[in-house]
Amino acid sequence: MAEILKIKNDVIPKFPKHVRFKYNEPRKEWVILAPERLVKLDEIAVEILKLVDGRKTVRIISNELSKKFKAPEDVILSDVKDMLQQLSDKGFIEE
Amino acid sequence: MTKENGNGLKKASDHGIQAPLALLAELSHRCPLQCPYCSNPVQLEKKTGELTTEEWISVVDQAVEMGMHQIHLSGGEPTVRHDLEDIVEHCSKKGLYTNLITSGVLLNPDRLTKLEKLGLEHVQLSFQDTDNDNADRIGGYKGGHAKKLEVAKWVRDVDLPLTCNCVVHRQNIDNLEKFIQMALDLDAERVEIAQVQYYGWALKNRAAFIPTPQQLDHATEIVEKARVDLKGKLVIDYVIPDYYAKHPKNCMGGWGRRFLNMNPKGEVLPCHAAETIPHLKFDNVRERSLKWIWENSEAFNLYRGTDWMPEPCKSCDRKEIDWGACRCQAMALTGDAKNTDPACSISPLHNKIFSMAAEEARRAPPEFIYRRYGVRFNSPI
Repeated sequence: MAEILKIKNDVIPKFPKHVRFKYNEPRKEWVILAPERLVKLDEIAVEILKLVDGRKTVRIISNELSKKFKAPEDVILSDVKDMLQQLSDKGFIEE
Repeated sequence: MTKENGNGLKKASDHGIQAPLALLAELSHRCPLQCPYCSNPVQLEKKTGELTTEEWISVVDQAVEMGMHQIHLSGGEPTVRHDLEDIVEHCSKKGLYTNLITSGVLLNPDRLTKLEKLGLEHVQLSFQDTDNDNADRIGGYKGGHAKKLEVAKWVRDVDLPLTCNCVVHRQNIDNLEKFIQMALDLDAERVEIAQVQYYGWALKNRAAFIPTPQQLDHATEIVEKARVDLKGKLVIDYVIPDYYAKHPKNCMGGWGRRFLNMNPKGEVLPCHAAETIPHLKFDNVRERSLKWIWENSEAFNLYRGTDWMPEPCKSCDRKEIDWGACRCQAMALTGDAKNTDPACSISPLHNKIFSMAAEEARRAPPEFIYRRYGVRFNSPI
């Protein structure tokens, strides 16, 4: 496992190779799957993670979300960083 | 409202229970190792009784249709099956997150490369100790530990995530720090420190395995410190023997609530030890669909929810937290699966059994009773 990642504005987050962010059709829910782990996600987390593609920085993700939901970008940026940091600490997000 | 289904029991949907999250698939009971704490039943299934490739593939299809997220390919030793590749490929194609739970000793780099290409997502490798002699003695397989260290490297060489599964007990618990260091050295991302749980083979060998409360406290301190020191680097899962826990475990997240287990011949079980409860009748995927079984099978419905509970469970305010804990342990230690799990402090038998186990822990450990599959498997294959 990699060294601890600190989520900053210019970090480009992505899912590690073995982590799946996917929609389960029969259950109608988005989840994160990892070795012997299952993470259920709220709607906000799903919106953020849908933009995690290994190309966009944290700032760009936040900017897109602030436009989509017409919310102040600084508030969104802080929420995005908090959530990605939590997932990163558990090994579900890497740079 | 209670719906009748022939046996007068509420079904999964009557309890508001959704589809299971994951399937533990015991592909075979065959295994070259002989660990005396093996989770398989004492009566092992023969090769001739095992489900075919096509039958497992149908099970995978059904699991996906039900909305299951993960499959754990386990055993015995799942790599004894030559169709493991076909099963992994199908799981991956259908989008099931695929874990391989293995002793590793039958693997080689080519096979791992192939499994990774076919979509395997994670390998959980078992370890019996951190030094060759004791690990091989516990596993009953000469050269096993050295081979496992090699296998771990091959797993990481093909960039599969690795979990080291370390079963700990009085005969290796003093190596706990070495286990954690070994996981770091092997570039594992998870380590499971699992104290032996006492049913089946492990219960036969309890006196050989049960640690003293002091050993356990020391182990817990080490784990807690390592969790802080290694946060973000190594995930440490820790299971204590529930004899020494304050509350019993909520076994499997509650009987028939979250998971199901299949044995090699296709019987569907609420947990891997359920066959130790003699009166349970298991439905088989050869006769019924997985979905029907999850909803209707008597073996599941008997201990779902809280209606079945006797006192003191019935009036306990934790009854929907630990769901009455472990039926198999209640069966093994009290002779009745309905009784309060003696691991729980409110069980009338708790003190008697706890002090018996603590007494065993103070005495010298007896010889192991090894899990032997049959004469063919007494020597390495």
